[in-house]
Amino acid sequence: METNKKKITDHLQDLGALIALALLVIGISIVSPEFRTGSNFLSLLRQSSINGLIAFGMTCVILTDAIDLSVGSVLALSTALCAGMISSGVPAGAAMLLALLIGTGLGAISGLLVTKGRLQAFIATLITMTVYRGATMIFTDGKPISNLGDSFVLKLVGRGNFYRIPIPVILLILIFIGFYFLLNKTTFGRAVYATGSNWKCAKLAGVNINKTKIIVYAISGFMSALSGLILLSRLGSAQPTLGDGYELDAIAAVALGGTSMSGGRGKIYGTFIGVLIIAVLNNGLNILGVSSYYQDVIKGFVILVAVLSDRKR
Amino acid sequence: MQIEMKGIDKSFGTNQVLKDAGFVLGHGEVHALMGENGAGKSTLMKILTGVYTKDKGTVIVDGQEVNYKNPQEAEKAGIVFIHQELNVLFDLTVEENLFMGKEIKNKFGFCDQKAMRQKAKEALERLGVQIDPGEVMSNLSVGQQQMIEICKALMVDAKVIIMDEPTAALTQSETVVLFEVIQSLRKSGVSIVYISHRMEEIFELCDRISVLRDGTYVGTRNIPETNMNEIVKLMIGREIGERYPERDCEIGETVLKVKGLTKKGVFQDVEFEVKAGEVLGVSGLMGAGRTEIMQAIFGNLPYESGKIEINGKEVQIKSPIQAMRNGIGFITEDRKVEGLMLEESIEKNISLANLPIISKNHVIDSKKERELVTKGIEELHIRCFGPFHECNNLSGGNQQKVVFAKWVYTDPKILILDEPTRGVDIGAKKEIYSIINDLAAKGVAIIMVSSELPEVLGMSDRVLVVREGLVRGIIDKEEANQENIMTLATGGTI
Repeated sequence: METNKKKITDHLQDLGALIALALLVIGISIVSPEFRTGSNFLSLLRQSSINGLIAFGMTCVILTDAIDLSVGSVLALSTALCAGMISSGVPAGAAMLLALLIGTGLGAISGLLVTKGRLQAFIATLITMTVYRGATMIFTDGKPISNLGDSFVLKLVGRGNFYRIPIPVILLILIFIGFYFLLNKTTFGRAVYATGSNWKCAKLAGVNINKTKIIVYAISGFMSALSGLILLSRLGSAQPTLGDGYELDAIAAVALGGTSMSGGRGKIYGTFIGVLIIAVLNNGLNILGVSSYYQDVIKGFVILVAVLSDRKR
Repeated sequence: MQIEMKGIDKSFGTNQVLKDAGFVLGHGEVHALMGENGAGKSTLMKILTGVYTKDKGTVIVDGQEVNYKNPQEAEKAGIVFIHQELNVLFDLTVEENLFMGKEIKNKFGFCDQKAMRQKAKEALERLGVQIDPGEVMSNLSVGQQQMIEICKALMVDAKVIIMDEPTAALTQSETVVLFEVIQSLRKSGVSIVYISHRMEEIFELCDRISVLRDGTYVGTRNIPETNMNEIVKLMIGREIGERYPERDCEIGETVLKVKGLTKKGVFQDVEFEVKAGEVLGVSGLMGAGRTEIMQAIFGNLPYESGKIEINGKEVQIKSPIQAMRNGIGFITEDRKVEGLMLEESIEKNISLANLPIISKNHVIDSKKERELVTKGIEELHIRCFGPFHECNNLSGGNQQKVVFAKWVYTDPKILILDEPTRGVDIGAKKEIYSIINDLAAKGVAIIMVSSELPEVLGMSDRVLVVREGLVRGIIDKEEANQENIMTLATGGTI
């Protein structure tokens, strides 16, 4: 009885975010004919892939009752290193694979600081965020790295299409499915939730807490680097300030999706909906010609409403 | 002060918790309130003190009908509820806790430290306890913190003090102090409502017992005119029979051997062994190092020297994962803090220690998982709405059964139980004893740490007594009794 009831309200809550998304899409579509075109929806989805990939990684981190502020800096550093390698003659494909590895490693370092270094997640990733950003500045000398040549792979990642569907969108959907599987169907997923729900209990039940935390940070780093490659492909150059402030959009998407900031509770599809809400807001408000100052205020209020409605249940 | 509660009804949603509940509290008596978990004892007391509002019924205090709207109102009238989870601020000092919200101010409106220190000292002395008012709360033992709560009650001139499971976290000696304080309170005319599962304590301390069953008042008995069996019968509505079910199983080879286990200042040179099918009771005062020894064997607390042998082979155990690989299971003393993910379902909790069994290549087989969890719920008689039921909403006994279910299917060779029946009602206790017996019958070597002597005596084949980190003796079942265990536990010799 009670469990059935609970499940229905759970679903209602998931639906809540979905209804909010639908209302936004319908609302903006009514006022703006430009917004409601197929090509705009595709570009909206493509824009959302950058934040989306990062937010998926962030979801895992937050589920373990931690946070990753370094995502934007990981993105910048791995992308700058990738661009540097390409411009000095390393084949683009190899440089991109290396960038993903570097991103994974940079994330894992945050994980090591949190576990072996026993730093609080907020402080640990504040440190890596600062250091990685500085390292990016040193490496690029504060200037963008362009002359990336004419590599097919690099172009494909951000600008390619598969039957009119942008490659970043396809990546976003495939990776979403991957995360869904990882979090819901694997022992690792259980370890993630258990760590965030009650780490003492998880530890006594044989969950390797440190390993789990290091892996979620590594995943977060990987996702940031991947997101950076899409940006690199689209922009054709690596800016040292790339990804600045991206952690906030990612955290906002996770919060919009109903994931508890104290870990243990949350769904990856919630994050996906959160990502789409933010993308629709960004895209729609731009099309409507709302000044970017107002955009931030509106975004803030949408998050407030979402979090408040989450608390009600 | 006299209190009469009668015909009290209370529902939460569709769930009726109290139906015609009540009791009569006399002036200056210690009145035990008993009943199984979920019988409505706490709810009834929360209605008395204005935490909840009743749906029906009357509350009469000294001949006047009252209706306290909140705990502050009840407190003003002289009724104070000391909850099981103490309501103290750990980072503040004793004195700041005592005067929280009722600070003494000087004429400029600032806190008058001196006056408060003086008054705090006086109040503590009146209670006969040695606590420095300037001490930070978290440096006090649980027993001392409880004294501060009682002191707080006395400072508002309480006429009635309600205590919910006050001895659950106390050592034997702290319990003695608490009982002395309660006796002197009674002499000075304060009435005490004493909620506890510990029958022995109640018969030692209280004047009368009122029993609730399923939210309904069943009856009141004078202590000298009743006995434990009658009370148990009132509580569960039937005869429970033998409290400790017979165990009939063959004791086999030695499974676990601990040699010279030492962690300086915590435990020294601990040596013992446990055989297959045997229950080794571990007794001792709170803080004697029992839990720490068990945590060390399970790899959750590093030790400095010593050896652990399993089936004659030395093993290295540095983490719970390694302990589990060596066939050790561990049920912790505090299920809410360490034993369960309270906000998760029964299913997620049971499967957590069983992930290797229900998965292949790290991918979970949902069907296998459901089968395992359903089996656990059935075999261990977990009363719930199904695998999805959130553990938060289970009674203490059923929560504990979930913790057992988590470990039973990992097929342990050695199972360490730390306070396996703490905060569990009598019916569920017996079920847990049966689970322990079934495991022993399957050849599991069981170590049972318990602060309840009757339980240790009723369940163990041998009893190991720890005092100040040292093993003081191991007594066989035939020779063990309350006296010789307590003698060893408190520093004597036998």
